[in-house]
Amino acid sequence: MQPNALGYLAAGIGAALTVIGAGLGIGKLAAAAMEASGRQPEVAGQVRTSMIIAAALIEGATFFALAICIILAFK
Amino acid sequence: MSIPAIQGSADTVQSAGDTLHAVQDTLHAIAEHGGTHGGPEKGPVDFTELLHHVQDAKEIDTPLGILHLPQFPPFHAAGLTIDMSITKHVFFLWCAALILCVVAIAVARKNSRRPVPTGFGNLFEMVVVFLRDEVAVPNMGSAGLRYMPYLLTTFFFILVMNLLGLIPWGASATGNINVTAGLAIIAFVVIQASAIRAQGFGHYLAHLTGGVHWSLWPIMIPIEILGLFTKPFALCMRLFANMLGGHIVIVSLLGLIFVFGSYVVALGPVSFVVGINFLELFVAFLQAYIFVMLTSLFMGLGIQAGEPAHGGPGHGTSDDHSS
Repeated sequence: MQPNALGYLAAGIGAALTVIGAGLGIGKLAAAAMEASGRQPEVAGQVRTSMIIAAALIEGATFFALAICIILAFK
Repeated sequence: MSIPAIQGSADTVQSAGDTLHAVQDTLHAIAEHGGTHGGPEKGPVDFTELLHHVQDAKEIDTPLGILHLPQFPPFHAAGLTIDMSITKHVFFLWCAALILCVVAIAVARKNSRRPVPTGFGNLFEMVVVFLRDEVAVPNMGSAGLRYMPYLLTTFFFILVMNLLGLIPWGASATGNINVTAGLAIIAFVVIQASAIRAQGFGHYLAHLTGGVHWSLWPIMIPIEILGLFTKPFALCMRLFANMLGGHIVIVSLLGLIFVFGSYVVALGPVSFVVGINFLELFVAFLQAYIFVMLTSLFMGLGIQAGEPAHGGPGHGTSDDHSS
Protein backbone atom coordinates (compact mmCIF):
# COMPACT_ATOMS: atom_id res chain seq x y z
CA MET A 1 0.00 0.00 0.00
CA GLN A 2 1.27 3.48 -0.76
CA PRO A 3 2.03 5.68 2.20
CA ASN A 4 -0.64 8.12 1.09
CA ALA A 5 -3.26 5.42 1.16
CA LEU A 6 -2.34 4.47 4.71
CA GLY A 7 -2.70 8.09 5.70
CA TYR A 8 -6.18 8.34 4.22
CA LEU A 9 -7.18 5.06 5.83
CA ALA A 10 -5.92 6.20 9.20
CA ALA A 11 -7.74 9.50 8.84
CA GLY A 12 -11.00 7.78 8.07
CA ILE A 13 -10.75 5.27 10.90
CA GLY A 14 -9.62 8.00 13.26
CA ALA A 15 -12.56 10.20 12.42
CA ALA A 16 -14.97 7.32 12.96
CA LEU A 17 -13.48 6.47 16.35
CA THR A 18 -13.61 10.13 17.30
CA VAL A 19 -17.29 10.33 16.54
CA ILE A 20 -17.94 7.14 18.52
CA GLY A 21 -16.23 8.65 21.54
CA ALA A 22 -18.03 11.96 21.23
CA GLY A 23 -21.40 10.32 20.68
CA LEU A 24 -21.02 8.08 23.70
CA GLY A 25 -19.86 10.90 25.93
CA ILE A 26 -22.47 13.43 24.94
CA GLY A 27 -25.15 10.73 24.96
CA LYS A 28 -24.43 9.85 28.57
CA LEU A 29 -24.37 13.54 29.38
CA ALA A 30 -27.73 14.15 27.75
CA ALA A 31 -29.23 11.12 29.49
CA ALA A 32 -28.16 12.41 32.89
CA ALA A 33 -29.49 15.86 32.05
CA MET A 34 -32.87 14.48 30.98
CA GLU A 35 -33.13 12.43 34.12
CA ALA A 36 -32.28 15.40 36.31
CA SER A 37 -34.81 17.58 34.50
CA GLY A 38 -37.44 14.91 34.93
CA ARG A 39 -36.84 14.57 38.64
CA GLN A 40 -36.77 18.29 39.33
CA PRO A 41 -38.35 20.35 36.56
CA GLU A 42 -37.70 23.68 38.22
CA VAL A 43 -33.94 23.39 37.76
CA ALA A 44 -34.31 22.32 34.12
CA GLY A 45 -32.92 25.65 32.93
CA GLN A 46 -29.71 25.38 34.93
CA VAL A 47 -29.34 21.75 33.97
CA ARG A 48 -29.68 22.69 30.33
CA THR A 49 -27.01 25.36 30.65
CA SER A 50 -24.55 23.01 32.32
CA MET A 51 -25.33 20.36 29.76
CA ILE A 52 -24.50 22.67 26.89
CA ILE A 53 -21.27 23.76 28.51
CA ALA A 54 -20.18 20.19 29.15
CA ALA A 55 -21.14 19.21 25.60
CA ALA A 56 -19.01 22.02 24.21
CA LEU A 57 -16.05 20.86 26.29
CA ILE A 58 -16.43 17.26 25.14
CA GLU A 59 -16.69 18.45 21.58
CA GLY A 60 -13.49 20.41 22.08
CA ALA A 61 -11.65 17.18 22.78
CA THR A 62 -13.35 15.63 19.77
CA PHE A 63 -12.15 18.38 17.54
CA PHE A 64 -8.54 17.88 18.64
CA ALA A 65 -8.71 14.37 17.24
CA LEU A 66 -10.56 15.60 14.19
CA ALA A 67 -7.88 18.18 13.47
CA ILE A 68 -5.25 15.44 13.58
CA CYS A 69 -7.31 13.35 11.17
CA ILE A 70 -7.58 16.29 8.79
CA ILE A 71 -3.83 16.83 8.96
CA LEU A 72 -3.31 13.13 8.19
CA ALA A 73 -5.65 13.26 5.24
CA PHE A 74 -4.15 16.29 3.61
CA LYS A 75 -0.48 16.00 4.40
CA MET B 1 0.97 22.16 5.24
CA SER B 2 -1.36 25.11 5.10
CA ILE B 3 -4.02 25.06 7.71
CA PRO B 4 -7.39 25.42 5.98
CA ALA B 5 -9.48 28.45 6.79
CA ILE B 6 -13.01 29.50 6.31
CA GLN B 7 -15.25 30.84 3.74
CA GLY B 8 -18.84 31.00 4.79
CA SER B 9 -21.46 29.93 2.38
CA ALA B 10 -24.94 31.39 2.29
CA ASP B 11 -26.44 32.47 5.58
CA THR B 12 -29.90 31.66 6.87
CA VAL B 13 -31.80 31.25 3.72
CA GLN B 14 -34.53 33.79 3.24
CA SER B 15 -34.95 32.98 -0.40
CA ALA B 16 -33.76 30.30 -2.74
CA GLY B 17 -31.74 32.94 -4.53
CA ASP B 18 -29.51 33.25 -1.50
CA THR B 19 -28.36 29.64 -1.54
CA LEU B 20 -28.27 29.58 -5.29
CA HIS B 21 -25.95 32.54 -5.13
CA ALA B 22 -23.67 30.61 -2.80
CA VAL B 23 -23.71 27.69 -5.19
CA GLN B 24 -22.90 30.00 -8.04
CA ASP B 25 -20.12 31.53 -6.03
CA THR B 26 -18.60 28.10 -5.43
CA LEU B 27 -19.15 27.17 -9.05
CA HIS B 28 -17.50 30.36 -10.24
CA ALA B 29 -14.49 29.75 -8.06
CA ILE B 30 -14.31 26.13 -9.11
CA ALA B 31 -14.42 27.20 -12.72
CA GLU B 32 -11.50 29.49 -12.06
CA HIS B 33 -9.45 26.70 -10.61
CA GLY B 34 -10.70 24.40 -13.32
CA GLY B 35 -9.09 26.81 -15.76
CA THR B 36 -5.67 25.65 -14.66
CA HIS B 37 -6.63 22.09 -15.51
CA GLY B 38 -7.64 23.04 -19.01
CA GLY B 39 -11.26 24.06 -18.54
CA PRO B 40 -14.01 23.24 -16.07
CA GLU B 41 -14.48 19.52 -15.95
CA LYS B 42 -17.67 17.60 -15.49
CA GLY B 43 -15.93 14.63 -14.00
CA PRO B 44 -15.09 13.98 -10.36
CA VAL B 45 -13.93 17.23 -8.77
CA ASP B 46 -10.84 17.13 -6.62
CA PHE B 47 -11.93 17.72 -3.04
CA THR B 48 -8.82 19.69 -2.23
CA GLU B 49 -9.89 22.27 -4.80
CA LEU B 50 -13.03 22.91 -2.81
CA LEU B 51 -11.07 23.37 0.39
CA HIS B 52 -9.56 26.49 -1.15
CA HIS B 53 -12.61 28.34 0.11
CA VAL B 54 -11.91 27.37 3.67
CA GLN B 55 -8.24 28.22 3.56
CA ASP B 56 -6.41 31.47 3.95
CA ALA B 57 -5.83 33.19 0.63
CA LYS B 58 -3.94 36.10 -0.80
CA GLU B 59 -6.96 37.53 -2.54
CA ILE B 60 -10.52 38.12 -1.48
CA ASP B 61 -13.46 37.10 -3.56
CA THR B 62 -15.95 39.94 -3.53
CA PRO B 63 -19.17 40.40 -5.48
CA LEU B 64 -17.39 42.97 -7.62
CA GLY B 65 -14.49 40.76 -8.57
CA ILE B 66 -11.34 39.47 -7.01
CA LEU B 67 -9.50 41.87 -4.73
CA HIS B 68 -5.79 41.24 -4.62
CA LEU B 69 -4.35 42.07 -1.25
CA PRO B 70 -1.00 43.83 -0.89
CA GLN B 71 1.82 41.36 -0.47
CA PHE B 72 5.14 42.26 1.10
CA PRO B 73 8.30 40.23 0.66
CA PRO B 74 9.19 38.38 3.84
CA PHE B 75 11.91 39.93 5.93
CA HIS B 76 14.26 38.23 8.31
CA ALA B 77 14.40 39.22 11.94
CA ALA B 78 16.05 37.39 14.80
CA GLY B 79 16.46 34.22 12.80
CA LEU B 80 12.81 34.04 11.75
CA THR B 81 11.31 34.76 8.40
CA ILE B 82 8.38 37.06 8.94
CA ASP B 83 5.85 37.53 6.20
CA MET B 84 3.68 40.54 6.83
CA SER B 85 1.60 40.31 3.68
CA ILE B 86 -2.07 40.76 4.14
CA THR B 87 -4.25 37.73 3.65
CA LYS B 88 -7.96 37.13 3.69
CA HIS B 89 -8.04 36.29 7.36
CA VAL B 90 -6.02 39.31 8.34
CA PHE B 91 -8.44 41.43 6.39
CA PHE B 92 -11.44 39.93 8.15
CA LEU B 93 -9.69 40.22 11.48
CA TRP B 94 -9.40 43.95 10.90
CA CYS B 95 -13.00 44.09 9.70
CA ALA B 96 -14.16 42.45 12.91
CA ALA B 97 -12.06 44.80 15.01
CA LEU B 98 -13.38 47.83 13.15
CA ILE B 99 -16.99 46.69 13.41
CA LEU B 100 -16.59 45.97 17.09
CA CYS B 101 -14.95 49.34 17.82
CA VAL B 102 -17.60 51.29 15.97
CA VAL B 103 -20.56 49.40 17.39
CA ALA B 104 -19.33 49.13 20.96
CA ILE B 105 -18.32 52.78 21.25
CA ALA B 106 -21.57 53.95 19.71
CA VAL B 107 -23.60 51.73 22.04
CA ALA B 108 -21.63 52.86 25.09
CA ARG B 109 -22.19 56.49 24.24
CA LYS B 110 -25.88 55.97 23.65
CA ASN B 111 -26.30 53.99 26.85
CA SER B 112 -24.55 56.58 28.97
CA ARG B 113 -27.03 59.26 27.96
CA ARG B 114 -30.12 57.56 29.30
CA PRO B 115 -30.72 55.78 32.59
CA VAL B 116 -32.64 52.99 30.86
CA PRO B 117 -31.12 51.66 27.65
CA THR B 118 -33.31 51.00 24.65
CA GLY B 119 -32.99 49.20 21.38
CA PHE B 120 -29.66 47.72 20.43
CA GLY B 121 -28.09 49.21 23.52
CA ASN B 122 -30.51 47.18 25.59
CA LEU B 123 -29.45 43.98 23.87
CA PHE B 124 -25.79 44.83 24.33
CA GLU B 125 -26.33 45.58 27.98
CA MET B 126 -28.16 42.30 28.43
CA VAL B 127 -25.13 40.42 27.18
CA VAL B 128 -22.74 42.51 29.27
CA VAL B 129 -24.77 41.97 32.42
CA PHE B 130 -25.01 38.26 31.65
CA LEU B 131 -21.24 38.03 31.35
CA ARG B 132 -20.79 39.95 34.54
CA ASP B 133 -23.30 38.08 36.67
CA GLU B 134 -23.02 34.57 35.30
CA VAL B 135 -19.41 34.36 34.22
CA ALA B 136 -17.10 36.85 35.87
CA VAL B 137 -18.48 37.21 39.38
CA PRO B 138 -19.35 33.54 40.06
CA ASN B 139 -15.89 32.47 38.92
CA MET B 140 -13.72 35.28 40.22
CA GLY B 141 -15.70 37.00 42.92
CA SER B 142 -15.75 40.76 43.15
CA ALA B 143 -12.16 40.86 41.90
CA GLY B 144 -13.54 39.71 38.60
CA LEU B 145 -15.01 43.10 37.86
CA ARG B 146 -11.52 44.39 37.19
CA TYR B 147 -11.12 41.92 34.33
CA MET B 148 -14.49 42.62 32.75
CA PRO B 149 -13.09 44.80 29.93
CA TYR B 150 -10.83 41.97 28.80
CA LEU B 151 -13.55 39.35 29.02
CA LEU B 152 -16.09 41.48 27.21
CA THR B 153 -13.64 42.41 24.47
CA THR B 154 -12.70 38.78 23.97
CA PHE B 155 -16.29 37.66 23.84
CA PHE B 156 -17.49 40.21 21.34
CA PHE B 157 -14.37 40.01 19.21
CA ILE B 158 -14.61 36.24 18.88
CA LEU B 159 -18.33 36.53 18.28
CA VAL B 160 -17.98 39.08 15.49
CA MET B 161 -15.19 37.09 13.86
CA ASN B 162 -17.27 33.93 13.96
CA LEU B 163 -20.34 35.67 12.58
CA LEU B 164 -18.43 37.26 9.73
CA GLY B 165 -17.76 33.75 8.46
CA LEU B 166 -21.45 33.08 8.09
CA ILE B 167 -22.28 35.92 5.74
CA PRO B 168 -21.81 35.40 2.00
CA TRP B 169 -18.30 36.14 0.79
CA GLY B 170 -17.14 36.30 4.37
CA ALA B 171 -14.54 34.29 6.22
CA SER B 172 -14.04 33.54 9.88
CA ALA B 173 -10.64 34.66 11.02
CA THR B 174 -11.05 32.26 13.94
CA GLY B 175 -10.77 29.45 11.44
CA ASN B 176 -7.09 30.21 11.25
CA ILE B 177 -5.08 28.58 14.00
CA ASN B 178 -2.75 31.57 14.17
CA VAL B 179 -5.63 33.82 15.17
CA THR B 180 -6.89 31.49 17.88
CA ALA B 181 -3.33 30.95 19.03
CA GLY B 182 -2.97 34.70 19.43
CA LEU B 183 -6.18 34.83 21.46
CA ALA B 184 -5.00 31.92 23.58
CA ILE B 185 -1.61 33.55 24.19
CA ILE B 186 -3.34 36.69 25.40
CA ALA B 187 -5.59 34.58 27.61
CA PHE B 188 -2.52 32.82 29.00
CA VAL B 189 -0.89 36.13 29.85
CA VAL B 190 -4.02 37.46 31.54
CA ILE B 191 -4.54 34.24 33.51
CA GLN B 192 -0.98 34.28 34.81
CA ALA B 193 -1.09 38.01 35.49
CA SER B 194 -4.30 37.68 37.50
CA ALA B 195 -2.84 34.77 39.45
CA ILE B 196 0.36 36.67 40.20
CA ARG B 197 -1.59 39.76 41.17
CA ALA B 198 -3.84 37.81 43.56
CA GLN B 199 -1.24 35.53 45.06
CA GLY B 200 1.93 37.54 44.92
CA PHE B 201 4.86 36.33 42.89
CA GLY B 202 6.33 34.21 45.69
CA HIS B 203 3.15 32.27 46.37
CA TYR B 204 2.57 31.92 42.65
CA LEU B 205 5.92 30.19 42.28
CA ALA B 206 5.23 28.14 45.39
CA HIS B 207 2.03 26.86 43.85
CA LEU B 208 4.06 25.72 40.89
CA THR B 209 5.79 23.19 43.10
CA GLY B 210 2.49 21.60 44.02
CA GLY B 211 3.19 21.28 47.71
CA VAL B 212 5.39 18.18 47.52
CA HIS B 213 8.67 17.41 49.22
CA TRP B 214 11.53 19.45 47.80
CA SER B 215 13.24 16.36 46.44
CA LEU B 216 10.38 15.91 43.99
CA TRP B 217 10.61 19.47 42.70
CA PRO B 218 12.64 18.61 39.56
CA ILE B 219 9.80 16.33 38.48
CA MET B 220 6.96 18.46 39.72
CA ILE B 221 7.92 21.88 38.42
CA PRO B 222 8.21 20.98 34.70
CA ILE B 223 4.92 19.13 34.90
CA GLU B 224 3.22 22.08 36.55
CA ILE B 225 4.68 24.49 34.02
CA LEU B 226 3.48 22.24 31.23
CA GLY B 227 0.08 22.18 32.88
CA LEU B 228 0.01 25.97 32.71
CA PHE B 229 0.20 25.75 28.95
CA THR B 230 -2.31 22.99 28.29
CA LYS B 231 -5.35 25.02 29.25
CA PRO B 232 -4.80 27.91 26.81
CA PHE B 233 -3.75 25.36 24.19
CA ALA B 234 -7.08 23.64 24.65
CA LEU B 235 -8.83 27.00 24.29
CA CYS B 236 -6.99 27.63 21.04
CA MET B 237 -7.70 24.24 19.54
CA ARG B 238 -11.32 24.14 20.61
CA LEU B 239 -12.21 27.44 19.00
CA PHE B 240 -10.17 26.76 15.86
CA ALA B 241 -11.47 23.27 15.26
CA ASN B 242 -15.09 24.22 15.96
CA MET B 243 -15.05 27.05 13.46
CA LEU B 244 -13.04 25.19 10.86
CA GLY B 245 -15.01 21.97 11.17
CA GLY B 246 -18.33 23.68 10.64
CA HIS B 247 -17.18 25.41 7.50
CA ILE B 248 -15.54 22.28 6.11
CA VAL B 249 -18.82 20.44 6.55
CA ILE B 250 -20.65 23.19 4.65
CA VAL B 251 -18.08 23.20 1.84
CA SER B 252 -18.16 19.42 1.65
CA LEU B 253 -21.92 19.25 1.41
CA LEU B 254 -22.07 21.91 -1.25
CA GLY B 255 -19.18 20.20 -3.00
CA LEU B 256 -21.32 17.09 -3.33
CA ILE B 257 -23.22 19.03 -5.96
CA PHE B 258 -20.04 19.36 -7.99
CA VAL B 259 -18.98 15.80 -7.40
CA PHE B 260 -22.22 14.65 -8.95
CA GLY B 261 -21.90 17.33 -11.56
CA SER B 262 -25.55 18.24 -11.91
CA TYR B 263 -28.04 20.64 -10.37
CA VAL B 264 -30.57 17.88 -9.81
CA VAL B 265 -28.88 16.72 -6.64
CA ALA B 266 -28.78 20.27 -5.32
CA LEU B 267 -31.87 19.90 -3.16
CA GLY B 268 -30.40 17.45 -0.66
CA PRO B 269 -27.12 19.18 0.12
CA VAL B 270 -28.66 22.63 0.14
CA SER B 271 -31.29 21.68 2.69
CA PHE B 272 -28.64 20.09 4.88
CA VAL B 273 -26.50 23.19 4.52
CA VAL B 274 -29.36 25.38 5.69
CA GLY B 275 -29.63 23.28 8.83
CA ILE B 276 -25.91 23.33 9.40
CA ASN B 277 -25.79 27.09 8.97
CA PHE B 278 -28.24 27.41 11.83
CA LEU B 279 -26.03 25.11 13.87
CA GLU B 280 -23.02 27.24 12.93
CA LEU B 281 -24.84 30.32 14.14
CA PHE B 282 -25.43 28.66 17.47
CA VAL B 283 -21.87 27.38 17.64
CA ALA B 284 -20.53 30.88 16.92
CA PHE B 285 -22.20 32.22 20.06
CA LEU B 286 -21.48 29.12 22.10
CA GLN B 287 -17.77 29.00 21.34
CA ALA B 288 -17.31 32.66 22.16
CA TYR B 289 -19.09 32.10 25.46
CA ILE B 290 -17.10 28.93 26.23
CA PHE B 291 -13.81 30.70 25.53
CA VAL B 292 -14.67 33.50 27.91
CA MET B 293 -16.15 31.20 30.53
CA LEU B 294 -13.10 28.96 30.61
CA THR B 295 -10.76 31.94 30.74
CA SER B 296 -12.64 33.36 33.69
CA LEU B 297 -12.70 29.91 35.31
CA PHE B 298 -8.93 29.61 35.05
CA MET B 299 -8.48 33.13 36.32
CA GLY B 300 -10.82 32.35 39.19
CA LEU B 301 -8.70 29.33 40.16
CA GLY B 302 -5.67 31.55 40.42
CA ILE B 303 -7.47 34.29 42.28
CA GLN B 304 -9.01 31.93 44.80
CA ALA B 305 -5.68 30.30 45.47
CA GLY B 306 -4.56 33.71 46.61
CA GLU B 307 -7.35 34.31 49.05
CA PRO B 308 -6.29 33.89 52.67
CA ALA B 309 -9.00 31.40 53.61
CA HIS B 310 -8.98 29.61 50.22
CA GLY B 311 -12.71 30.09 50.09
CA GLY B 312 -14.78 28.18 47.59
CA PRO B 313 -16.04 29.62 44.32
CA GLY B 314 -19.15 31.61 43.83
CA HIS B 315 -19.45 33.84 46.87
CA GLY B 316 -21.92 36.64 46.76
CA THR B 317 -23.08 36.79 43.20
CA SER B 318 -25.02 39.92 42.54
CA ASP B 319 -28.39 38.43 41.75
CA ASP B 320 -30.19 41.10 39.86
CA HIS B 321 -31.87 38.92 37.30
CA SER B 322 -33.35 41.80 35.40
CA SER B 323 -35.65 40.24 32.88
